[in-house]
Amino acid sequence: MSIDLKTIKHISKLSRISVDEKKAEKLAEDLNSIFDFIEKLNELKTDNVEPLTSVAETTLKLRSDEVKSKNLRDQVIKNSPKENEDYFVVPKVIE
Amino acid sequence: MSDITKQSLSELVENIKGKKLSSSEVTKAFVERSEKSKELNAYITEDYANALNKAKKFDEKPNLDLKLPGIPMAVKDLFCTRDLRTTAGSKILNNFVPTYESTVTQNIWNEGAILMGKLNCDEFAMGSSNETSFFGNVQNPIDKNLVPGGSSGGSSSAVAAQLTPITIGTDTGGSIRQPASFTGTVGLKPTYGSCSRYGIVAFASSLDQAGPMAQNVKDCALLQEVISTYDEKDSTSIDFKRNEYSKELTKDIKGKKIGIPKEYRVDGMPKEIEDLWKKGIEYAKDCGAEIIDISLPHTNYALPTYYIVAPAEASSNLARYDGVKYGFRVEGENLIDMYEKTRSEGFGAEVQRRIMIGTYVLSSGYYDAYYLKAQKVRKLIKNDFDDAYKKVDAILTPSTPSSAFKIGEKTNDPVSMYLNDIFTVPVNLAGLPGISIPAGHDAKGYPLGLQIIGKAFNEQNILNIAHAMEEKINFKNNINDWWIK
Repeated sequence: MSIDLKTIKHISKLSRISVDEKKAEKLAEDLNSIFDFIEKLNELKTDNVEPLTSVAETTLKLRSDEVKSKNLRDQVIKNSPKENEDYFVVPKVIE
Repeated sequence: MSDITKQSLSELVENIKGKKLSSSEVTKAFVERSEKSKELNAYITEDYANALNKAKKFDEKPNLDLKLPGIPMAVKDLFCTRDLRTTAGSKILNNFVPTYESTVTQNIWNEGAILMGKLNCDEFAMGSSNETSFFGNVQNPIDKNLVPGGSSGGSSSAVAAQLTPITIGTDTGGSIRQPASFTGTVGLKPTYGSCSRYGIVAFASSLDQAGPMAQNVKDCALLQEVISTYDEKDSTSIDFKRNEYSKELTKDIKGKKIGIPKEYRVDGMPKEIEDLWKKGIEYAKDCGAEIIDISLPHTNYALPTYYIVAPAEASSNLARYDGVKYGFRVEGENLIDMYEKTRSEGFGAEVQRRIMIGTYVLSSGYYDAYYLKAQKVRKLIKNDFDDAYKKVDAILTPSTPSSAFKIGEKTNDPVSMYLNDIFTVPVNLAGLPGISIPAGHDAKGYPLGLQIIGKAFNEQNILNIAHAMEEKINFKNNINDWWIK
């Protein structure tokens, strides 16, 4: 298989990472060599194998629904690149 | 007291408990050595003044019943530390100061240890050489031109160079064991679910585990005892009976069955590694263990599986870095433009590459072919280990397919870099514990490690085997302090 520049542009859009032409070419080259390596999995027949989603063989524990941490406003806002009182500030979204 | 920084963690604990050393003396010694060792670039953030203050406070009212009384310690910069910058080696978190503490580090401070600073690592723990860090590469104290391994490269360098008595790293595909092997130190990746992931910057959540990196097995066991706790803040933390690993540590491994998997004899493996492995088998026999040939037939498929599962999970985990709630931001013409510019400038090349792979394998039309396929093969890999453990108690392999390589040697070829983790990755995929111990040197005098893989939740057994073999191996690291002028 081969990942072309059109595919790279598509993945870049899905990933929300902008790429210019030069970067796209380098990425296509790298991803193609990585996928050549990954294709090895096709040697295996896995039709009747159950997928392994987690190695932790445990069921999720139930807990009572209580608030354990409160009044975290300052902590939550503290690392924001831009804020206004209680809000995170972003470029205008609604015209 | 003779050179404090040359003492092991266990010796320092004993000396502080016996009032032969104060926390201030010990902390000052490690801070001074760290300050003289800037050339290694092991630290991203230093917190020496606070460390010395905390040590002074400890000495005013010492609690000598704790397991790590007044012991200074630097930790990998992937653990969130309250009020101290945590970067994960990335520009995108360059200014991030957590308002909370990871469970693993909290456990360490609860036992009396003192934070000295945050150690360099590959960006978001994605790398095998510490060369993807935004804060520059780290040098291996063995030789100036060598990488210290990765992703916990600052940690391995700092322990080998004795800038910290012990440290913690994280291991998603080998990031504790490979750097330990490259620096002649001991590194344990615990069973998945053993150490809480709460407050650790996430890479691949079904694989990530924190673990100790130490100068010897006894120290490693002591720190594992401290960090391994059940934690309700991590939904995959497992509530099992944890041993008192250091107290229960024994060299008596007579009759233990140790498996040798033939599939780990990979093509092109240097003879030195093959010889090391043979020597390891002899050491294990000398300790009274029984050696049994086993097969792990899907070993060759572990790396391709890993390079689907790990990037897929990473692409999902790293979606949170959007320049809005925390971290670095590049302003844009609109919201999407801001996201795209922030992520394009904030993430380094390797992280972007992995996000792209992950996004692709999870995208519409490709999910079944890649992600589901990989999860199925992951099951086969785990089944291999389950079958093997019907016959043996532990498995012995080399830790890495080579000794430490040169800085810059593999940066242009991602696949050759990925091959470094060929012996460590299967252990993460199966969720098992694995420990790397230094076992010899290659012709150039660089350290080589052996890996002992255990059954899930049986850290004690592999620690015991490592402890017994360590005595027979009697490894000595060749470090001449070349970086201290």
